[in-house]
Amino acid sequence: MRWLQRRARVSLMSTLGLGVSYGGRQVLFDINFQIDRGEIVTVVGPNGSGKTTFLRALLGVVPPSRGRVQRAKGLRVGYVPQNLHIDPGLPLPVSRFLSLPRRQTAAAIADVLARVGVPDVAHQGMTTLSGGQFQRVLLARALLGKPDILMLDEPTAGLDQPGVASFYRLIDEVRRDMGCAVLSISHDLHVVMSASDRVICINGHVCCEGAPHVVRAAPEYRALFGLGTGGALALYQHSHDHDHDHEHAHPHTHDHTHPHTHAHEKDHADHAG
Amino acid sequence: MPIMLDDFLMRALLAGLAVALATGPLGCFVVWRRMAYFGDATAHAAILGVALALGFQISIFAGTMVVALMMAMTVSVLAGRGWAMDTTLGVLAHSALAFGLVAVSFLPSVRVDLSAYLFGDILAVSRADLAVICAGSGVVLALLFWRWSGLLTATLNEDLAHASGINPGRERLVLTLALAVVVAVALKIVGALLIAALLIIPAAAARNFARGPESMAVMAVVLGGLSVWGGLQLSLAQDTPSGPSIVVVAAVIFLLSTLAGSVLARYGRS
Repeated sequence: MRWLQRRARVSLMSTLGLGVSYGGRQVLFDINFQIDRGEIVTVVGPNGSGKTTFLRALLGVVPPSRGRVQRAKGLRVGYVPQNLHIDPGLPLPVSRFLSLPRRQTAAAIADVLARVGVPDVAHQGMTTLSGGQFQRVLLARALLGKPDILMLDEPTAGLDQPGVASFYRLIDEVRRDMGCAVLSISHDLHVVMSASDRVICINGHVCCEGAPHVVRAAPEYRALFGLGTGGALALYQHSHDHDHDHEHAHPHTHDHTHPHTHAHEKDHADHAG
Repeated sequence: MPIMLDDFLMRALLAGLAVALATGPLGCFVVWRRMAYFGDATAHAAILGVALALGFQISIFAGTMVVALMMAMTVSVLAGRGWAMDTTLGVLAHSALAFGLVAVSFLPSVRVDLSAYLFGDILAVSRADLAVICAGSGVVLALLFWRWSGLLTATLNEDLAHASGINPGRERLVLTLALAVVVAVALKIVGALLIAALLIIPAAAARNFARGPESMAVMAVVLGGLSVWGGLQLSLAQDTPSGPSIVVVAAVIFLLSTLAGSVLARYGRS
């Protein structure tokens, strides 16, 4: 029944048979994707797998060479780029950065900086911030637009482990406050697992998708990311348990609809548990 | 006012200040976006524009603007296609200049004083020139003021701009247009060879004190205006070519501001 309710919600963004080419080389193939209001979805993939391109195609920066991208009408996107190089020739205090492109009141700026845990940086230059502060300020700017969806491209690259953990905790809190969906990209499944409703593993195409533990156990994921020391055993158990595994985990092009996929995930959860 | 404009010195000063009003904020974008060489290529194309304007007997202003615009567009398109910009700009900038110089030599019927176009001739600004320069600077200033927020966002990061509903390609086009207009109006003031210097040096000098993008733009205007005034005095007193004199003063201001900036950084808040 839950999938019926899900279906009734309007998806914020979706792609149908999305393909993207860069300079004659196709980097994304036939991607069907959808994200609903309030959902947390993580895209994982190794370097060069096209996950950033996927995000840029969703943003509308790169045009699809095939298929299409749909965005809900009037969708407000809060985008947190992977890194933001600020030319040393550009003096940019945090408060001015937060007012791009729309002017914000001093009160709104103070509020949002407190919300992301860096209340004292408003008058500092952007280039004087530490890595962790910088990421939080980027997040603050994204939040000021009251987004329906936060899109984060490897938001924790360059942070140490406690920094990563606290940043993801913050995102989780923010999402609960604001009710926005979160689509993030990561090359490391482990750090985002607990918060995600769904994980999509991309390597040019969608390799596998589902709940975090399902993707983690999927042979396609393991083939891409390698196995830990104890991984072989888990893989063995996994393939032993699930005859119907290939239903969602072989590298096919998903033509199921979204609710379908969820039904399978549920199956998995039952078997695994 | 009309009597005041009879004085060639007053016309020169007003023309120079009008150009500084446009080159200040535009120069900031040239610095922030690392478009220095791009500015050079566009400015050097102006000489080709001068040759064509003289050949087809159209206004120099229109000729330089059209050719500068074409050059700027060409560079923009090539950059979008992933050409190696350093080499491409090096080829285009100097080729445009060379073609322009050769083309001018094919105009035997006209007695062309090339140095006026290469180095500027601010003391020869006529009333009509002054009107064109003020109009051109006004257009550029209005364009930048109108698009300021979008331009700044797109300068920071194009994906970020996209996510905020700003089309970075359109903002790039705005800057390209503004650059072509500035080249056309500044040709008379500093000449084709030094237009890029008038864009970059005051902005770079302003960077030493500015705390935000807006204050940097305003300071660049002030320092550019000072350079024009000082250069004009130098040119009059020593009978030096006007364009290089203005740039020399700008360079001195840059040097002083950099020294002052590093002193401030050491002994106080930067």
